Amino acid sequence: MPVIGTIFYVFLAVVAIGSALGMLLNRSPIYSALFLVLNFATVAVLYLALGAPFIALTQITVYAGAIMVLFLFVITLLGAEKLPGYDPIKGHRQTALVFALIFVVEVVLFFVFRNQTVGPVPLIGPDFGGPKNLGVTMFTEYLLPIEVVAFILLSATVGAIMLTKPERKVSTRLSQQKD
Amino acid sequence: MPLSYFLGLSAIMFTIGVLGVILRWNALVIFMSLELMFNAANLIFVTYASYYQVLTGQIFVFFIMAVAAAEVAVGLALMVAIFRTKRSVDIDQVSSLKG
Repeated sequence: MPVIGTIFYVFLAVVAIGSALGMLLNRSPIYSALFLVLNFATVAVLYLALGAPFIALTQITVYAGAIMVLFLFVITLLGAEKLPGYDPIKGHRQTALVFALIFVVEVVLFFVFRNQTVGPVPLIGPDFGGPKNLGVTMFTEYLLPIEVVAFILLSATVGAIMLTKPERKVSTRLSQQKD
Repeated sequence: MPLSYFLGLSAIMFTIGVLGVILRWNALVIFMSLELMFNAANLIFVTYASYYQVLTGQIFVFFIMAVAAAEVAVGLALMVAIFRTKRSVDIDQVSSLKG
């Protein structure tokens, strides 16, 4: 691995972890969402480096584009950035940090004690994860899951519309019954 | 690049996501932390897809993205509905299901 490659990967790791921490620690949900967009873009670059260009572009359009715009829209719609943050439970943060530390220690122990030799990830060309290969596999071998996912998306859209519909009719009907 | 680089990066991102779910009270930030954990899992999938040169991992990531989009749509709709009745997205205010 040449030096420039190492610098590239270290830089990506620093940006990914730093933006994730920024998302976690920022008081304002808007800044959290923007940090998360940066994190998604960084992970998309990692996907490109791993030979998955189609997944990388899907990450940019679906995650950083659609999902985070939806988040920002809801944050500004609710005005949630003006809500004050406070800690109602004592010792909550300390307990959470201890649990997170235990999780990290478990991960480190897994790396130390596994008796399996692991080679580097091989460099592969762009044709492996390109749209053509992925599409052929998706629409032959995984045709039924694709249809199921389409149905899930449709039902989620209908459910979201039903959930956000104002329920004034029901309440007025109830009040009329009381009268 | 060694495999452990991607595994370690994904583990750290997943841990930050777990911390976000535990530490934050804003339900929207908890949702974002969930997305971060999805992302860490996706990174593992893509890493092993290119490690074993099998395309199944990348297709699974595509499915995860679609289901995450559906989950976010329903979750944010729920959030808007909760905000209408409670005037808050603080999870401590929402915790009282008894009404």
